[in-house]
Amino acid sequence: MKNKQSYSSKTIENRFEIFRVIVAIGISLLVALLLIMFASKQPLNALKWFLAGPIMTMRNFGNVLELFIPLTFGGLSIAVMFQCNQFNMAAEGSFFLGGLGAAMIAVGVKMPSVIHAVVALLAGALFGVVLCLIPAILKVKWKANEVVSSLMLNYIALFFGSYILQYMLMDPDAGYIASHSFPKSARLAVIIPKTGVHMGIFIAIVMVVLTYLFLYRTKWGYAIRITGQNENFAKYSGIGVGSTIILSQIAGGALAGMGGATQVLGMYTRFSWVSLPGYGFDGIIISILAKNNPKFIPLAAFFLAYLRVGADIMSRRSDVAPEVVSIIQAIIVVLIAGKMFLDTYKHKMIVKNSQRQVKEEA
Amino acid sequence: MAENVADNVLVMENITKVYPNGFVANKNVNFSVRKGEIHALVGENGAGKSTLMKVLFGIETPDSGRILLNGKEVQIHNPSSAIKYGIGMVHQHFMLAPSLTVAENMVMGIEPKNMFLFDFAKAVQMTEDVAKKYNFDIDPKAHVKDLPVGQKQKVEILKALMRGAQILILDEPTAVLTPQETTELFVQLKELKKQGHTIIFISHKLREIKEICDRITILRDGRSVGEADVKELSEQDISNSMVGRNVVLDIQKTEAHPAENILSVRELSAVNKFGKTILNNVSFDVRRGEIFGIAGVEGNGQSELAEILTGLRPYFNGSVKIKGVEIQNLSIRKIRELKTSHVPEDRMTFGIAGDVSIKENLISDRFYKKEYNHSGLQKAKMINEEADRNIKEYLVKCDGREQPIRMLSGGNIQKVVVAREFSSNPDFILVDQPTRGIDVGATEFVRKQIVKLRDQGSAIVLISADLNEVMELSDSLIVMYEGEIVAYFPDTKNITEKEMGEYMLGIKKMSPEEIGDVIHEK
Repeated sequence: MKNKQSYSSKTIENRFEIFRVIVAIGISLLVALLLIMFASKQPLNALKWFLAGPIMTMRNFGNVLELFIPLTFGGLSIAVMFQCNQFNMAAEGSFFLGGLGAAMIAVGVKMPSVIHAVVALLAGALFGVVLCLIPAILKVKWKANEVVSSLMLNYIALFFGSYILQYMLMDPDAGYIASHSFPKSARLAVIIPKTGVHMGIFIAIVMVVLTYLFLYRTKWGYAIRITGQNENFAKYSGIGVGSTIILSQIAGGALAGMGGATQVLGMYTRFSWVSLPGYGFDGIIISILAKNNPKFIPLAAFFLAYLRVGADIMSRRSDVAPEVVSIIQAIIVVLIAGKMFLDTYKHKMIVKNSQRQVKEEA
Repeated sequence: MAENVADNVLVMENITKVYPNGFVANKNVNFSVRKGEIHALVGENGAGKSTLMKVLFGIETPDSGRILLNGKEVQIHNPSSAIKYGIGMVHQHFMLAPSLTVAENMVMGIEPKNMFLFDFAKAVQMTEDVAKKYNFDIDPKAHVKDLPVGQKQKVEILKALMRGAQILILDEPTAVLTPQETTELFVQLKELKKQGHTIIFISHKLREIKEICDRITILRDGRSVGEADVKELSEQDISNSMVGRNVVLDIQKTEAHPAENILSVRELSAVNKFGKTILNNVSFDVRRGEIFGIAGVEGNGQSELAEILTGLRPYFNGSVKIKGVEIQNLSIRKIRELKTSHVPEDRMTFGIAGDVSIKENLISDRFYKKEYNHSGLQKAKMINEEADRNIKEYLVKCDGREQPIRMLSGGNIQKVVVAREFSSNPDFILVDQPTRGIDVGATEFVRKQIVKLRDQGSAIVLISADLNEVMELSDSLIVMYEGEIVAYFPDTKNITEKEMGEYMLGIKKMSPEEIGDVIHEK
C-alpha cells in the first residue's frame, strides 16, 4: 500500500482479510517445515515429497482431486449452516448416512444407468436432510443447543448405519463387512484414466455454483444470511426465523448427504463404512478458511486436499508421520478464527489511511 | 488563550482518535475547561463528543495528542486512573447493580470492612455524609431497582463525588428525566459548582445549555469549531455552528386532518414474565392523518405497548385491531402486510444487521415479494436501483450501497431504517424514539419525514422520551404512567411542560371520561 491515494475502509477490510488468511497459512506452513526439519533425518527429502509430491505424478494429483470432491461437499454443507449462525455438526453424520442411503438404492433397486445414479444421489441427500433436521427442530421447538444435540446424533447415525449394513446390506461372501457390490448403473464413472477421479467432481462444482446462487441471489439465502447476522432484526422484519433456521439445515443436510453419496458411488464398489468418514468435520475447517462463502470453498478444499495428500506421500517416502497436517490445520484455524490476530497491524493501516483522508479533505 | 491557561483546570491538546473501522472520531481536537465552571460540550452525533470524553475518562486511547491537568501532563490509561486524577463520569446508561441498595452501590470497589466482613452500617454512614455535604436527598437503604430514574442518576453523581471527583462528566443527563427532575438536577449542579467542582455537560438540548452552562465548546465532524461564553450565543447560533448550516429548530407542520380509524386498541392488558402487570386496561384509537404521541417516563409500559402493536410480543389480553383486523394471532409478516411499519426503539438490535450492506438492510421487509424476485432469483438490478434511490432521497451519507451499515454514523443508520420503513408507504406506522442519540441535522430530517408521512395519510404513533419532541410533533397525545393512560390531550397546542410533568410523575390523573375521549369509535 505505498501509493498515496486513500481507500474506503471497506476496501481495506477486504484486502486485509485476504492478507490475514495468507499470513495464517504461511505461518502454519513455516511451523510445519520447522517441525519436519527437527523430526526428520532427511528433512529435505521429506519436504520435497510433502510440498511437491502431489504434483509429481498424475496418480498423485488424481488423489488430490479425489479428496477435493468430498471436502468441497463438506465445506458447502457447513457454510450454509454457519451462514445462518447454526453450528450443526450433524453434517458429519449426514455425510455418513448419505453414503448409506445411496448404497441402499444402488444395491436394493434395479434401474437404467444414469437414472439409477441420480436416484441414489437424491436418496443420499434425503438421508442427510433427515439427520440434520433433528437438531434443527429441537433447536427451534425447544431451544436445545444444536452443537450438543448434533454431536451426539452423529453416533446414533453411525450405529444406525452399521446396523443397516450388517443386517440388511451385507454380502456374506465379501470376506469383510461390506454391502453387495454396486451395479455399474449406479456408479459414477471415472473421468481421468489411471486415477480415481470421477464424475463427482462435476457434481461438486455445480453444487458450488448452486449454493452460491442460493445464498446470495435468492430470497431464501437472503433470509438465511439475515437470520444468521441478527436474529432480532430478522424477526422484526417479518422473516420466519424458525423456518429459516430449519431451511438452512435442510440445505446443509442435503449437501452433506449428497457428498456422502457421491463419495460412495464414485470411489467404492461396495459400501463398507464402519466409522464416520470425517468429511463433515473437515467441512468446518474449510468453511472457516473460506469465510463461509461458497465462492472460496473450492479453493479451501483444494488446499486441504493438497496438504493431506502431500503429507500422505511424505509419510510413505520418508520418516515423517502424516499427522503434521493436523498441526498445520490447527494453526490455521486458530489464527483465522482468532479475530484479533494482526488486529494492531490492521488498526495502524486504517489510522494511516484515515489520516491521509483527513489531509485530502483539508 | 494564553492568559487564561492558568485558570484551565483541564486542557486536551490535539487529540486524534481513529476507530478500528477507520472512522476518525476526533481530528486534532483542542478542548479546555476552567475551574469551577459548567462547560457544555455539544455537537451532532458522530461529531466526537463521546469519543473525546472516553479519551478523557481513559476508556479509549488517543492515537495522538496530550492531556494536561492543572498544567501537568497526565497519562490516563483506564477509568481507575481517571478517577485517581479526580475525574468522574456519569454515563447515559446507568452503571448500577439494581438489586443492591444505594449504599452498597455507592461503595462498590471501595467497600468499608469490619475485620473481613463488609460493613453495611459504615457504607450507609459514608453515603449519608457525602449526600449531606452536597445537599442531595437520598435514602441509602433503598434498593436501586425501586428508585425513579432521577434518583438513580443522583446515586451515580454521588458515587463519582465520593471517589473525589473534581471534574464531573455528565453524558446527556437530562435525556431520561422529567421536567421536574431536570429542575432538581440543575439546582444540584449549581450547588456543586458553588463548592468548586467543574462540570462537563454533554447535551443535545440547547435550551438547557443556555440555562445552566457558562461556556461551550462545539464539535463538528470530529473537529472543534469554537469555544465561547454561552451568553454570547443564541440557540440558533449554536445549532447552526453544530451543523454548519441553517437549521430549522421548530417543527413545522400544518393542522392535522384526521380521517377514519386505522388502529383500535381495546382493554389491552399484559404482564411481564415475572407476572407483574405492565399494561392495564389501555384503550385508544389512532386515525389516518394524525400523529398520536405517547409520552411518559421510560418504563411505564410504552416499550411493551410498542412490542404488542408491532407483533413482537404476541401474548396479551384485550384486542388490537389494525384496519379492523385483529392482530393477536398474526405473524409479524402478516401484520406488516397490513401495510404497517415500525421504527424500533433500539435500532442496533432490531433495526439493522450491522455486517450486511446498506442495500440488503433496505429490503428486509419486502425481499420475498413477487416484484423483487424472478424465477427463483432476486432482481438484482431493481434492488440496486431502489437502494440508490433511497440513499439519495433520505440523504444517507455513505460510500455506496454495498457498504456494511455498521460503518455509518448513528444518524445515518437511523436514516436507513427510516428509509426502509417509510418507503413502503404504510397505513400505520409506529415510530419509537425516532431521534434518540442522533444529531440535529438527522433529527430535523427525520421529523420532517414523519410530518410528510402524516400528510400522505398515514396513522402515526410516536413514542418518545423527549418531551419537547412528543409535544411539538404530535397532533394529539396520551401520557402513560405505570401501564395506564393517565391523560389524553386531543390537541397538543396548549399543554405546558409543567402540566405534562405532573401527569408523567403520577401526581395527577384525568377522569375516566376525559381519557375516554381518546376512543373515537364507540
